[in-house]
Amino acid sequence: MRMRLLRLLYTVPLRFRSLFRRDQVERDLEDEFRDHLERRIDAGIAQGMTPEDARYAALRSLGGVEQRKEECRDMRHVTAIEHGIQDFRFAVRQLLRYRGFACAAVVVLALGVAASVSIFGFVDAALIRPLPYEEPSRLFTVFGMRPDAAASQKRGGTSYLDFLDWRERGARAFQSLAAYDVRSGFTLVTTERPERVSGLRVSSGFFDTLGVRPLLGREFRPDDESPSAPPTVMLSYTAWQTRFNGSPDVLGRTVTLQSPWLSSGEPHVVIGVLPPNFHFTMAARAEFWATIRGVQGCWGARACRSLEVVGRLADGASVQAASANMTAIIEQLKREYPADHRNSETAKLVSLSDVMLGDVRPVLLMLLSGAGLLLVIACINVVSLLLARTDSRMREIAVRNSLGASWGRLALQFATEAVVLTAVATVLGLTMASLGIRFLTGLLNADMISRMPYLQGIGLNIRLVVFACAVSASTALVFGLTPLFRLSISNMRAGLNEGGRGSAGRSWRRIGAHLVVAELAVAVLLLVSAGLLGKSLHQLLHVDTGINMQDLAAVSVTPVSAGTVSPGADGEPRGALAQRVAERIRALPGVESVGYADLLPLGPGLAPSSTFWIVGHADDQQLKEHWPVRRVSAGYFSALLATLVRGRYFTEEEVAALRPVMIINETAARRYFPGDDPIGRSIAFGSASAPAREIVGIVVDIKDGPPETPAHPSAYIPFDGAGFNLVIRTRQAEQTVFPSIVAAIHEIRPDALIGRLSTMTERMNRLPSASLNRSSTWLVGDFAGMALILSIVGLYGVVAYSVSQRAREIGIRMALGAQHRSVYRLVLGETVWLVAVGTALGTIGAVIAATLMRRLLFDVRPWNPPTLVAAAFVLTTSALLASYVPARRAAAVNPIEVLRAE
Amino acid sequence: MSKPSDLVQGTLDLLLLKIVALEPLHGWAIAQRLKQVSGDVLQVGEGSLYPALHKLEQEGWITAKWQVAETGRRAKFYTLSRAGRQALEREAANWERLSGAISRVVQLKEI
Repeated sequence: MRMRLLRLLYTVPLRFRSLFRRDQVERDLEDEFRDHLERRIDAGIAQGMTPEDARYAALRSLGGVEQRKEECRDMRHVTAIEHGIQDFRFAVRQLLRYRGFACAAVVVLALGVAASVSIFGFVDAALIRPLPYEEPSRLFTVFGMRPDAAASQKRGGTSYLDFLDWRERGARAFQSLAAYDVRSGFTLVTTERPERVSGLRVSSGFFDTLGVRPLLGREFRPDDESPSAPPTVMLSYTAWQTRFNGSPDVLGRTVTLQSPWLSSGEPHVVIGVLPPNFHFTMAARAEFWATIRGVQGCWGARACRSLEVVGRLADGASVQAASANMTAIIEQLKREYPADHRNSETAKLVSLSDVMLGDVRPVLLMLLSGAGLLLVIACINVVSLLLARTDSRMREIAVRNSLGASWGRLALQFATEAVVLTAVATVLGLTMASLGIRFLTGLLNADMISRMPYLQGIGLNIRLVVFACAVSASTALVFGLTPLFRLSISNMRAGLNEGGRGSAGRSWRRIGAHLVVAELAVAVLLLVSAGLLGKSLHQLLHVDTGINMQDLAAVSVTPVSAGTVSPGADGEPRGALAQRVAERIRALPGVESVGYADLLPLGPGLAPSSTFWIVGHADDQQLKEHWPVRRVSAGYFSALLATLVRGRYFTEEEVAALRPVMIINETAARRYFPGDDPIGRSIAFGSASAPAREIVGIVVDIKDGPPETPAHPSAYIPFDGAGFNLVIRTRQAEQTVFPSIVAAIHEIRPDALIGRLSTMTERMNRLPSASLNRSSTWLVGDFAGMALILSIVGLYGVVAYSVSQRAREIGIRMALGAQHRSVYRLVLGETVWLVAVGTALGTIGAVIAATLMRRLLFDVRPWNPPTLVAAAFVLTTSALLASYVPARRAAAVNPIEVLRAE
Repeated sequence: MSKPSDLVQGTLDLLLLKIVALEPLHGWAIAQRLKQVSGDVLQVGEGSLYPALHKLEQEGWITAKWQVAETGRRAKFYTLSRAGRQALEREAANWERLSGAISRVVQLKEI
């Protein structure tokens, strides 16, 4: 031990000297050898040799001065570092010298890195970063699912009374159960101007179940749910900051909130503020969180399933055990309340993260694969650049090898160049990625972002940098090995032969061709995928909605009076205001027809549903299903231009007097009255004893929910609500009528709360499925475009190189009488061959890829010949255009010059 | 240049340390001294001398210093360091043990 310390005293200064006083160390080495040689020469002369002989003898005795010097240097133990520095300098010099090559490689690679890192940013935000809850893996949504429901169903409703029983009886399986009402949103009533705000009603213990502690105050207690308790509200962090300036004495203040189904607002006492990072995807921008209150209205009926339940699995409980436990409870309740539970259901548990992120996961994974493929193409391009450059460096490498550079040393040199290249590209790529992420979030519209609260705070972070570094490390490895691979296939010595031709050029051509085929195949894959996605988007936007969306506008109206929102001032009956507003707007110039309803078509989901009873059918014939029920005006279907299949629409009198009539859609008629005329039949909602409604008409299936949902039985009854949505068919462009519509509503009710006026087409485009589809189509299309360009550039490189290699052959052919045309055929034939193989492989890949992303395609089959043909056509055309340039150069070869050069 | 046997090659370090231990010397003189003391038995190639010296220097066993030599020329003189003395003692002891063992084996009489 002492000895080792003692040695450090000598060795440490030596190492420093070797590293930092390198010049002097080298001079010493030089001097030492010169001294030795001189003494040797002197000794030789003393023995009678001529000075010349003595000198040669001296040199011989050392057996190569340079090699001995190198051995001495090796003894310094810093050669690795030294070589690293040398290699780095050399690499930088090389890259600066071959600026064109370096720029091309860096830009191509940076593009690939930027694309994959940008997409990975979204993957990170949505799939890697955990949800802001405690142990999110133990959180599940729970609902009763009918055995005939789709296995992919992830959410389902539960009534408040059932939920209370679940909570009481489900203790064994769940540490806690909580629920939220899907009918989200409030009207914030203030003295100045009422405002629509986003918010949610939740059960007590909701935040405790999620494991979220309030930043200030407390969360809801069970007694807050009682209708006699004073209403309470919790604020989101944003609401606290923007509406209360983050004031700490916000607790105890009151805000007046009104739920859409209530007739007046109630003052709510602020009892807590939520932490800034909290978000809940099902109510992404919720500012106000109030409680479900008591057993009234929908909450008082077991058939009214307006809640969704979230549970935290008990410690050690398995999902299977919990579902069995919950299924037992559901069956128990069915026995106790048979009228309200007519279907036998089993409990289904879906992890909360799956419910929240399940839809974006496949899209993101698809995009990440797309970006990955782009990166692969970029890498292939750089690899072929490197191969071509290694080719042109063959002589240099051969010289260095024969001068004593070992294989390991050469390999290290190439690796350093690769690392420098990728490092520069990575830094550039990361910069581009941070811009790219900002650009992509801009691409998603505001509605979209608000539905993906987990995207907040997206941007460059340490995980992205690590990802980028991992990506570049692997590309650097590939690039570092490429020249070695190239060298291993050719004889090193052949490089020394001046004008060495033949094997080297030919083998490079073969590898280059393989690489280009791979590139073209990937490009075809991406082109086809983009084509299929585009087609799917087109299908989605042009799906038969059952209504005519041209010249159709929509707007929501919420009446307000004396500071509270009420169904009708001055004792107006329910629905009368809507009728008056509709009549006024119908009289406007440019308006063709007007209708109104509680909910608009193409909404985010179906309407609240109810069980039903077909009068005249025996008990065992009753179908145990739920029907979404919408409340509509007399003119609603005429304004939508929906086709009447049979019977008639409601009359104005029926709607005004709220007559017990109903209209059903075609699917309902077909499913419940097969081979029977439903007109004149009666249906009771809720239970057999409820007042029955007479069916007066059958309307065509209208897409009330998202366009991708399959046709579903639906019922429509006369409108009887307070707030309403107008549908207005115009004779001219919708926007031109907007100002007069707003003026007309204000004329009748100056304080009415008017939502955003939009055209139906806009609404369609804003739908989550359409937005998601559009952004992914756009992105994959972009990737495909870049892939096309990169692969065509690669192809150009290979063809151009092959032409330059074959210039002599072409010259001889021409000298022997070959026509220009046959030269073109020679060059373009090579292109066609490459493209054909690439397209064939790409098509196979594309069909596999399309099968994998089948779930993302709407009404498009993976095997889609028109798309495949279009992709092949685009690729072939661009490839032929690209190889026309080298073909022309080949045809312009002057045979005389070529032969003279021989 | 005939190569010394592997055994001797392995003990080159020991020889050099011992030679330098007697007095500070430069490379050429070390080569001469080596030839002189070992007769023609140990012919250390001049080529392998310098790397060996540089190795010992980097190990911290000998130190080098440029000095004016007897002829008036500047030369790089190697001196044994304190760590080198300890290393020399250890190596010498090892050599004694090893060579003793080998001679005993070689002198075994056939019975």
